[in-house]
Amino acid sequence: MTFNVSSFAKLLTTTSDSELNNLALKAKKSTQQHFGNTIQLYIPLYLSNECCNSCLYCGFNKNQKIKRQTLSLEEATSQLQIIKSKGFDNILLLTGEHKASVGVDYLEPIIQQAQKMFSYVALEVFPCTTAEYKKLVDAGTSGLTIYQETYNRKIYSNMHPAGPKRDFDFRFTAPERALTAGMRKMGLGFLLGLSDWQTEAINLAEHLDYLMKKYWKADFTVSFPRIHEAPNGLPIQAVSDRDFVQMILAFRIAFPKVGILLSTRENAQLRDNLLGLGVTQISAESKTNPGGYSENSSDEQFKVSDNRSLEEIISTLEKKGFDPVIKDWSTILSKKQ
Amino acid sequence: MIGDDLKIAGRLFGSRLFIGTGKFSSSTIMKSALIASETEMVTVALRRVDLSNPDDHILNHLDLKKCQLLPNTAGAQSADEAIRLAMLSRASSQTNWIKLEVTPEPRHLVPDGEETLIATKFLVKEGFVVLPYMQADPILAKKLEDAGAATVMPLGSPIGSNKGLKTKELIKIIIANSNIPVVVDAGIGAPSHACEAMELGADAVLVNTAIAIANDPILIASAFRSAVIAGRQGYLAGLAEESEGEASSPLSWLIK
Repeated sequence: MTFNVSSFAKLLTTTSDSELNNLALKAKKSTQQHFGNTIQLYIPLYLSNECCNSCLYCGFNKNQKIKRQTLSLEEATSQLQIIKSKGFDNILLLTGEHKASVGVDYLEPIIQQAQKMFSYVALEVFPCTTAEYKKLVDAGTSGLTIYQETYNRKIYSNMHPAGPKRDFDFRFTAPERALTAGMRKMGLGFLLGLSDWQTEAINLAEHLDYLMKKYWKADFTVSFPRIHEAPNGLPIQAVSDRDFVQMILAFRIAFPKVGILLSTRENAQLRDNLLGLGVTQISAESKTNPGGYSENSSDEQFKVSDNRSLEEIISTLEKKGFDPVIKDWSTILSKKQ
Repeated sequence: MIGDDLKIAGRLFGSRLFIGTGKFSSSTIMKSALIASETEMVTVALRRVDLSNPDDHILNHLDLKKCQLLPNTAGAQSADEAIRLAMLSRASSQTNWIKLEVTPEPRHLVPDGEETLIATKFLVKEGFVVLPYMQADPILAKKLEDAGAATVMPLGSPIGSNKGLKTKELIKIIIANSNIPVVVDAGIGAPSHACEAMELGADAVLVNTAIAIANDPILIASAFRSAVIAGRQGYLAGLAEESEGEASSPLSWLIK
């Protein structure tokens, strides 16, 4: 299916209930055809909440008075062991942006350790140079998630008043550098709540279409983290469940082969209802604070809305007719030798 | 059918229907569909299974006494990756059979002929039984045969598309030229497509998506079983030529 921006925009315009229902039927059929009756499961591990940025919407904003923590290699390994013993095989490692203490040199040994224990290791970290991404790939990283947050430069500038993240272009071009460095899977997205969601969705779709054509060997996913509660009462442009669902359906229809991730920012009921309608991967048991899998001393990035265990989520998936996929990767496909 | 076994690398197969194990809603349904299909060849993506773990939820649903396990290299983007997956597979699964898939573009999974040929040559020398997934390219089919492939597996249409035999004319040439079994591998979306491939003279077909995502995977597995048998019998019987149904012979003045 060839991407066409005007057809995509049409999928995002206000629809009647019956039109929305038709989109859902189409999306459901497409998801089943391309991804089968399966849902992949992943888990995030926050390695650090240290940050030198001041993103107004984020709980790790440097101006927030929170308890900061960066896991040592030993602490990270212990968290990885806890996660592995829960039954996961797909891990997403996250940090804030604090290159002095949490840079590429910090990440490399942790990635190497994770790669020994998990088939699939992905990162969601600060934007890097091509040479840095190469090091991360060589250490065993298979996937990278980097959200532009907003494609609107003015809002981007307002939302990021200080710190290296002020540089819109360095972030915007990060996926290309990572893909040039050999990253196999690339996750894109934006933060829902900062700007008009329809315009953001169109910008993301064009970004995605361009990258897929240029870096044709890479696999792509999208995700739509939605702000439910920003720190310090930051006014947000709330996106309703209906609009959120319509956007997921639109991406599924326009990009039938692109995976869609849904995190525990969303509540259990919404997550369950979206199964089969476009979403292909969900997280489970997420803690958004460093060290959160053993104790709860540090502060979290955002409030988790779905606290079910992996076991409970697997049981729900099975009841709804989905095969929960724990392993869908081999280290042979990522580790360069 | 008795006396019409398919022979691949010295092993006889009573069924000419191969099944893929992706996309099923549960291992239990997959297992029931495999039984209903009466398949004897089951392919499993190496990246989906943990071969060293006997409790792996796909593997422990396969009857490996009845079925040949055919691990596949899905996800490999180069000959090198496919070879390394195959080596890992042989080391841990006790089988030297490998369905070779080299698909550098992850969305449509179109096979890379050049890399597939390189990997086939290497793996055959290493003692593998290699069943390569390929474009419906008659020249590549001959090159793979010369390289020692056990079968060739040309695609009927893009994988997962359920569109049937869009490459029919090329598959006919591959069948006409081949000294090794030809297995139509991708795009078979309906029992009628499977039947058509068998009528053309394909030696077997491989089906996955069409069974896995059907409303009733078990019933359709049985339908594919029947369709493959019907198509094979049609081929063996020799299909009558299509005719315009002309009323009389132009030689009626001569032949009384």
